[in-house]
Amino acid sequence: MIALGLEGSANKLGVGLIRHTPGKPAEILSNIRHTFVSPPGEGFLPKDTAKHHRSWVVTLVKRSLKESGVKVKDIDCICYTKGPGMGAPLQSVAIAARTLSLLWGKPLVGVNHCVGHIEMGREITGANNPVVLYVSGGNTQVIAYAEQRYRIFGEALDIAVGNCLDRFARTLNISNDPAPGYNIEQMAKKGENLVELPYAVKGMDCSFSGILAVVDMMAAQLLSGNPKPLLTPEGELVTREDLCFSLQETVFAMLVEITERAMAHVGSDQVLIVGGVGCNERLQEMMGLMARDRGGSVYATDERFCIDNGIMIAHAGLLAYGTGFVTPLEESTCTQRFRTDEVLVKWRD
Amino acid sequence: MSSTEIDPPTPKFLIKQGAEALVYRTTYLLPHIPALLKHRPSKQYRHPTLDARLTKHRCLSESRLLIRARSLRIPVPAVYFVDESRGEIFMEWISGSSVREVLDEVLAQEGGEAMVDRMMVKVGVAVGALHAADIVHGDLTTSNIMVRNGEGEGIVGFGEKEVVLVDFGLGTVSTQDEDKAVDLYVLERAFTSTHPKAEKLFHDVLKSYEQSYKGANVVLRRLQDVRMRGRKRSMIG
Repeated sequence: MIALGLEGSANKLGVGLIRHTPGKPAEILSNIRHTFVSPPGEGFLPKDTAKHHRSWVVTLVKRSLKESGVKVKDIDCICYTKGPGMGAPLQSVAIAARTLSLLWGKPLVGVNHCVGHIEMGREITGANNPVVLYVSGGNTQVIAYAEQRYRIFGEALDIAVGNCLDRFARTLNISNDPAPGYNIEQMAKKGENLVELPYAVKGMDCSFSGILAVVDMMAAQLLSGNPKPLLTPEGELVTREDLCFSLQETVFAMLVEITERAMAHVGSDQVLIVGGVGCNERLQEMMGLMARDRGGSVYATDERFCIDNGIMIAHAGLLAYGTGFVTPLEESTCTQRFRTDEVLVKWRD
Repeated sequence: MSSTEIDPPTPKFLIKQGAEALVYRTTYLLPHIPALLKHRPSKQYRHPTLDARLTKHRCLSESRLLIRARSLRIPVPAVYFVDESRGEIFMEWISGSSVREVLDEVLAQEGGEAMVDRMMVKVGVAVGALHAADIVHGDLTTSNIMVRNGEGEGIVGFGEKEVVLVDFGLGTVSTQDEDKAVDLYVLERAFTSTHPKAEKLFHDVLKSYEQSYKGANVVLRRLQDVRMRGRKRSMIG
């Protein structure tokens, strides 16, 4: 069976083609992406992002078919992101999916974006039943599977961790190309001094807005030198790199802590990191140290699968399609709010 | 024996490994004084400065809550010794069983509820006193409430035994009804997930909570809201 996957819940438009053969690993036939990059100091607005997706979707679908050599008649279903995400870009992609469905006469499969990330992570890494940390610009969740649902054990109570990093990149006027978080990571590598930031973990939940407010204030002081230069307790001048370093060290320690608590709770020693922030090598390293202390292991993927992509939508959609799930045309809507635990995971025991 | 000679350190036995702390059974000062040692080991993944700050803060905050509660005669373990830079708290060893264990055993018997109604009153009084002191436990499950019992006595006549609240690792000082209501909600979930019969028992807990704490009415009203909201998060275990 072959599925076409369309993803556009945020600023990436992804198209993927995947083949499932019983008893074999999934085969990635095509996985391409085009990203809407906003200028430094600015985020991506829903209106502009939707426009980007509308103008690129035809090109990407064509290219995907061409490079994979897949014929339209071989495709079994069209999978698209139903949610969660930004309304306008989700709608553009849903319209593209409906159009293709009618044009080619193929069934539609609406996919939960978070479940897409989890299933793709499991497929690529071979992690069987891990605790999942899903971290991106819009989501921060600690998830474990039980009784046909991906259950949320802990989550961000306000903004997502990726949003915290992205917005700090804007404060420092760092480039959004290829991604703000990537550029923060590179700067953090050069940071040496740890400045004190709030640490906000509550049980298995955490909060990032207060940390962002404090680090933003520090950045303002650092950039202006007012009311006085920003110094470390040792009297050294704090740099932009130090702030990136401190922000990463603090928020990642929080993420690792809540993940560890969930692992202790469910008695698992595997952890899988998915989502755009999951590309961050420092986060992967910290998670690895924690997992090692617990006698377990960490599973992570690279940017092809961590960052939003079409292949994960195709993969999760095809898993659901295999159990007989289809989304009728009149129900092929999209939604900004779609919790991970709302999906009945029929394809797992 | 010369005065400089020190007794060999008492052996310690690991009894629980949580996400954050290791809990040992050991002794304090004298070999016949049993003690519980709660150790927060340093986390390799954290920056050393952040690690030291968190360990120290959490150790001190937990000890302060215990000391504050004890000074108000709320049944909690006594703190013997704190070494916050090493992340260690030595405290009173509470021998006995957790309320969870007692319920598991008693409710399996016919008419078992009647044997624990006195215990429920004590749980309600203890939690009421805790909340009256503006202390929120943060993880108030039936596993974190002990019934004090002599070593090897078994679960007999526990209606007369003292109830002790333990593990304040996630505790805070709060005057907010919301936080107190969440404490009760967590306890309710712990009760209802143990046994169908336990639901009525929790009712007894709330009744004595109401009588022992002046602000109980507001908190109980808030508990209604929290229950409605509880569905938002589906948690197991």
